[in-house]
Amino acid sequence: MRISTFLYTLRQGANNIWKNKMFSLASIATMSACIFLFGVFYSVVVNFQNVVKGVESGVAVTVFFEDGLSQKEMEEIGKQISKRVEVSKKVFVSAEETWKEFQKVYFEGAEDFSDDFADDNPLVNSAHYEVYMNDVSMQESLVTYLQSLDGVKEVKSSDVAANTLTDFNRLIGYVSAGIILILLCVAVFLISNTVTIGIAVRREEIAIMKLIGATDYFVRAPFIVEGILIGIIGSVLPLGVLYFMYRRIILYVAERFRWLSGVLDFLPVDKVFSTLIPVGLILGVGIGFLGSRLTIRKHLKV
Amino acid sequence: MIKLENVSKSYAAGIPALNDVSLYIEPGEFVFVVGDSGSGKSTLIKLLLKELEPTSGSIEINKHKLENVKHRDVPRFRRNVGVVFQDFRLLKDRNVYENVAFAQRVIGMPTKTMRRKVPAILSMVGLAAKYKSYPREISGGEQQRVAIARALVNEPKILLADEPTGNLDTHNAWDIMKLLEEINLRGTTVLVVTHNQEIVRAMKKRVITMKKGVIVSDEQAGDFNEF
Repeated sequence: MRISTFLYTLRQGANNIWKNKMFSLASIATMSACIFLFGVFYSVVVNFQNVVKGVESGVAVTVFFEDGLSQKEMEEIGKQISKRVEVSKKVFVSAEETWKEFQKVYFEGAEDFSDDFADDNPLVNSAHYEVYMNDVSMQESLVTYLQSLDGVKEVKSSDVAANTLTDFNRLIGYVSAGIILILLCVAVFLISNTVTIGIAVRREEIAIMKLIGATDYFVRAPFIVEGILIGIIGSVLPLGVLYFMYRRIILYVAERFRWLSGVLDFLPVDKVFSTLIPVGLILGVGIGFLGSRLTIRKHLKV
Repeated sequence: MIKLENVSKSYAAGIPALNDVSLYIEPGEFVFVVGDSGSGKSTLIKLLLKELEPTSGSIEINKHKLENVKHRDVPRFRRNVGVVFQDFRLLKDRNVYENVAFAQRVIGMPTKTMRRKVPAILSMVGLAAKYKSYPREISGGEQQRVAIARALVNEPKILLADEPTGNLDTHNAWDIMKLLEEINLRGTTVLVVTHNQEIVRAMKKRVITMKKGVIVSDEQAGDFNEF
């Protein structure tokens, strides 16, 4: 394609938007609303997932050993645990450490009583591994594996915590996907309407084009450009607004709700938007293209 | 060259718009097609532009059998056939220059070529001075000249004119006919559909008379029966 023809097609696409201002504005506004909501959901979901991941990282499986196992045998079990893909880290807690921790909690304010035990450790068989996972949904398979290891007496895990987090994560994913899908369908429908009106307005021009030998591509291209331009404008605007809003909000929350720090840590703006901007733009362009393409197939027989 | 062999065209369950029409037009000829409403003149033009497909028979234009021209090749075929209509069909939001350049634009002609050819063709039709005017700012005769310039700028071998003087007064109608004759003298085959009997008689060209989809006479030098 010649550069002049390409530029002409771009100009015509932009002209279509201008000639059909009201419908184009409605489409851009709807597209903006969709991308804005998408961005809001995305920001909430990734931040929530971040919080959940923080909580998940604290969920551990505890592995106790059979009585009389030597330190070397325990280390051997530890090596086998480390090989599993589910495991993010493991911490060995010796019987002495367990007893000290117990004393701290149980004899708090009455430390004298603990002295009665002297060097005698009643929890002599309580050495264990605390095994942390990459993803709590993997807990079941890990526990089954750990129970099958020789020398392992007992594996303690919190099924409720793991299942709740997994289910909640899944629920958020489904709800977000559902809402976003509905919004995207609405956007495609509105762009399709705008392009249909554009075709109706330019019907005479299209007829002339066909009579003087314009190719199908030449006739259709401006409408595709129109859809894509609406998509670009409709995604750049809300992404820009979201970018500044997100920055403001995390600064505001960090300043006003300092006590939340450690519980609710927002992801940095660059981390969220390095994904959100390209995804938002691709969505906008994709919806614009799809909306105009579907309409052209239906209404523009050339 | 235009050649029709036993061409018929029927619309849904009615009398055929064209019935077993055969005709041959030499390259460089000037031909009038006359006849009253419903005689099949417009159907003939649409068939020649491949806007319609014949129900039966064969059409050949510039050695291209139209039944062999695939859908994707229709635009290229139409670039060799200029067309002018009674209602001019200009783009109202573009000026004279842009309307003519539009024909070059749609076939992907470089801007440099457009800048050379469009003024030249506008000079030929006598509108060089009005290149910036919009259709609403010029007369009917001038609008038809713009339409002719647009039809000719891509240098087609054939020019089809469907009632080109239908919306014009006598003076402008004559001017347009003289312009078409001049174009024909430069080598373009010109086929004019009209029912302006006065002009047809005076021009002394070949006249094909149609009635109810059939050619009833094909005479040289402006001779034809009343229709």
